[in-house]
Amino acid sequence: MKQNLLPALRLTLVLLVVCCLIYPVLVWAGAQLAPAAGQGVTVRHRGRVVGYANVGQKFDQPRYFNSRPSAVDYNAAGSAGSNKGPTNPAYLAEVHTRVEAFLQQNPTVAPGQVPAELVTASGSGLDPHLSPAGAYAQVERVARLRHLPVARVRALVAAHVEEPLIVFFGPAKVNVLALNVALDELSGQ
Amino acid sequence: MMNNELLSLGGIYLVTLALALPLGAYLARVFRGEKSLLDFMRPVENGIFRLAGIDVRREMSWQQHLLALLTINLVWFGLAMLVLSTQGSLPLNPDQNPSMAPDLAFNTAISFLVNCNLQHYSGESGLSYLAQLVVITFLQFVSAATGIAAAVVLFNALQTRTTDKLGNFYDYFVKSLTRLLLPGSVLVALVLVFSGTPMTMLGKQPLVTLQGDSVAVSRGPVAAMVAIKELGTNGGGFYGANSAHPLENPTFLTNAVENTALCVIPVALVFALGFYLRRPRLAYMIFGVMTVGFAALLAPAVYYELHGNPALTKLGVDQALGALEGKEIRFGAAASAYWSITNTVISCGSVNSMHDSFMPLSGLTQLLGMMTNAFYGGCGVGLLNFFAYLIIAVFIAGLLVGRTPELLGKKIEAREMKIAVLVTLLHPLLILAGTALTAHLYAADPAANAGWLANPGYHGFSEMLYEFTSAAANNGSGFEGLGDNTPWWNISTGVVLLLARFLPIIGPVAIAGLLARKKYVPESAGTLPADTATFGVMVLAVIVIIAALAFFPALALGPLAEHFSLY
Repeated sequence: MKQNLLPALRLTLVLLVVCCLIYPVLVWAGAQLAPAAGQGVTVRHRGRVVGYANVGQKFDQPRYFNSRPSAVDYNAAGSAGSNKGPTNPAYLAEVHTRVEAFLQQNPTVAPGQVPAELVTASGSGLDPHLSPAGAYAQVERVARLRHLPVARVRALVAAHVEEPLIVFFGPAKVNVLALNVALDELSGQ
Repeated sequence: MMNNELLSLGGIYLVTLALALPLGAYLARVFRGEKSLLDFMRPVENGIFRLAGIDVRREMSWQQHLLALLTINLVWFGLAMLVLSTQGSLPLNPDQNPSMAPDLAFNTAISFLVNCNLQHYSGESGLSYLAQLVVITFLQFVSAATGIAAAVVLFNALQTRTTDKLGNFYDYFVKSLTRLLLPGSVLVALVLVFSGTPMTMLGKQPLVTLQGDSVAVSRGPVAAMVAIKELGTNGGGFYGANSAHPLENPTFLTNAVENTALCVIPVALVFALGFYLRRPRLAYMIFGVMTVGFAALLAPAVYYELHGNPALTKLGVDQALGALEGKEIRFGAAASAYWSITNTVISCGSVNSMHDSFMPLSGLTQLLGMMTNAFYGGCGVGLLNFFAYLIIAVFIAGLLVGRTPELLGKKIEAREMKIAVLVTLLHPLLILAGTALTAHLYAADPAANAGWLANPGYHGFSEMLYEFTSAAANNGSGFEGLGDNTPWWNISTGVVLLLARFLPIIGPVAIAGLLARKKYVPESAGTLPADTATFGVMVLAVIVIIAALAFFPALALGPLAEHFSLY
């Protein structure tokens, strides 16, 4: 023990320098060449920062494409999922309420066709995306409230669908913030 | 759609394998002291040894190895406790997060010391940047290197010679860092920063969202930490949501890279064993058994997640994309299920989706991954766990066919068997006793402990079972609905973590040391060969019997009961 203690202490000090100073500085230096210099890529609209490209934000006003339910109400300084189990009665009641509310706001969507992500909370509570179906299901509501032709809003969604790079490279998705920024521009707001 | 998702899983696995094979050959050369790719690191290593006052030419016995290992771990524990309990008053704390209470500091320090990440705190509000670097990132490096070094002692001991001298612990340990973990982490971290993961010392940024809400976005030195969290199979997230967080894991590509990073070393070490001992068939046998186990656990999870929650279908929800509660759209249900199983068979424990919300049988396979804890397993320690099963299988197979149990030309005798059995039985003991005691406490006063469980009924029981399984497997993932930042959970799981880390290192290293000292008996017609498919089936049977027999009743009370109430 005694003959090990001194080398252990000295080795720890040396490795603190290697792992907690040299290594992070190397990565930080690499990050200076990366988008936004490693400070997180932000989105600007009408001269102000309105969010981070990768971090989901709350859209619950009906005139926007709504983002997913969030267990932390899109608190970007405290991510978490709902951690509700699949048979939890309180959880199922909550989903039921969300389904009813969605059908009421989007009367053109048939019961049984409510996209799952619009009534379930994401893992982080900050999911920036919807599936294409999740965005298309809201087109008629958004068009009606903004007095825009349905076809134009539908085309806007289509332009924002990010297909996977290669066929098997993950699901197709829509970035809700990018879509809503484009929507505001389309309706001149 | 569904086929594409399955294809992508196959792609990720094949890439892992394609990297692990050459990496295994490389690691064998590094630890045999032969010429290898990163020999230019030697001056750095020599500098580290000189500054630390270590003579790496001094070979150690297995006892000296363990003593060196345990001593330096004690130093790290002290360092971690000190920083966590005072971080609020230390520099590099732009978000002004407070110091940890003693029981939480204890749990956190132990957790990362043992290459685990129970994380009874949330990164955004629970740690300063100094603690993220000096405690979390640091321990993620050194705990992984500790596990690898212990596995290399095993490699060395299994050679065909009779000796006490098994190399130098510090040599193995430092080379694991300089030749593997540090360069690998730089590569992974660079992929992350170029995909949008932050690497900055700036604190959270306040802003007003498009529809007019005020929020603050947490940032930090995320990329550096996330790279070693995966590569070192530690799994501790920078943010509370771990790799589900869109800054910690921004794209499907980073998801594939992180998922591959956490699998590659455990798989490579299996091949490294074969290259090191020049017994490739032994490595293929071990790899085969592990892969069969992994695939058997993976299939049900992918199936049930892709098919969604039947209770939601009844409510009129379209689940064409599978079960999405607790999952992120950019990964999808299949890649989330794949991630969850790789992270539970390998004791990494990072999550890209919330395990608490998985279908009951997916939760069951996650639990089984940790209960067996030897299908690939954590950095180094997975192989040590498997070695204990191997000893038991050799012994049972030897008895069945009436031969002296031998492994690689060394006799397995009562002493080795006792150690192997104690190590393998320790695991169910810690899990089941911990869960039983906690369930008893809960049942005795459900009102006082109501904050523990986020879900009622069978699922609530699963939450407690999962937490102890995760602690005993040094995994760190959780059914995170559990309200686990209480003195009972912090201390009980802290103790389980400690026992479940160091005894399963001490036991197999001791067995290996004892075997190394024995006379080598050349293999003959009377030897039971350990590198055949038949013997592989035997090992798998031993693992299944130990896991199934010990855990079946608990699994029946939790996930199985929930499954049959849902379907």
